Amino acid sequence: MNGKPQTDAHYDQLVQRYTPPRPIAKNCALAFLSGGLLTAAAEALRRWLLARDMAEDAAGGVVVFAVIALTSLLTGLGVYDRLGQVCGAGLAVPISGFANSMTSAALEFKSEGLVLGTGCNAFRLAGAVIVFGIGSAGLLATLALMLNLV
Amino acid sequence: MNGELAAALLKSFVVGGCICVIGQLLFDAAKLTPAHTMSILVTAGALLGAFGIYDKLVDFAGEGASLPIVSFGNTLVTSAMEGAAESGFFGIWSQMLADVSTGIAAAVFFAFATALIFKPHG
Repeated sequence: MNGKPQTDAHYDQLVQRYTPPRPIAKNCALAFLSGGLLTAAAEALRRWLLARDMAEDAAGGVVVFAVIALTSLLTGLGVYDRLGQVCGAGLAVPISGFANSMTSAALEFKSEGLVLGTGCNAFRLAGAVIVFGIGSAGLLATLALMLNLV
Repeated sequence: MNGELAAALLKSFVVGGCICVIGQLLFDAAKLTPAHTMSILVTAGALLGAFGIYDKLVDFAGEGASLPIVSFGNTLVTSAMEGAAESGFFGIWSQMLADVSTGIAAAVFFAFATALIFKPHG
């Protein structure tokens, strides 16, 4: 419109000029505080269960179950995603982020039907975690077995 | 609150917080998508797990190390290697998912239940 060629490079420059810089230090501080508080709260629950003579494995399972159930509920209420916008990785990196990604995808695609929407899209983000987790674990365990390291 | 409990909670807080900061730096400084960030963290967990390093962090920090998604990769590879030690190659595949069952099953179940009960938010 102004006579200049609208090349991709030019467009990228424009985008860069008008994108506000990310406040990395502030985001990291919020991620540290929120992630730290969440994991410390989980540890408090685990210690409480252990003090009531629950076995180590069982207590870990109860903590995971409780965190996931609570996260799904808060996601359904729309609270988790609002908190997540402030806390960033602090709420995305713990297992609650995995539950949140599944629940929000399951909810978001509900309008396309329970099977094609919710069923087919629930693993939209979480699928990457499972694919790369199983992919690397399978490869590493096979290597370890071949090298007689297990 | 006794001193030992306070120390355990502090260790969880610091280690859990630091792992989340690594994730935030992958978001903000490396400009990676959440899917790329989580994939890297899980793969890193599997690598650290294969060398027996991550379990030491779990012993030190409890949930500070086992709640972050990094632990998912660690648990997968640790179970797979235990399976390999017990029953060879096919033990890898029969044991790999044993210890992550609660996490995956609960996440799928509650995601579905929530989708049934709630309406999406805009």
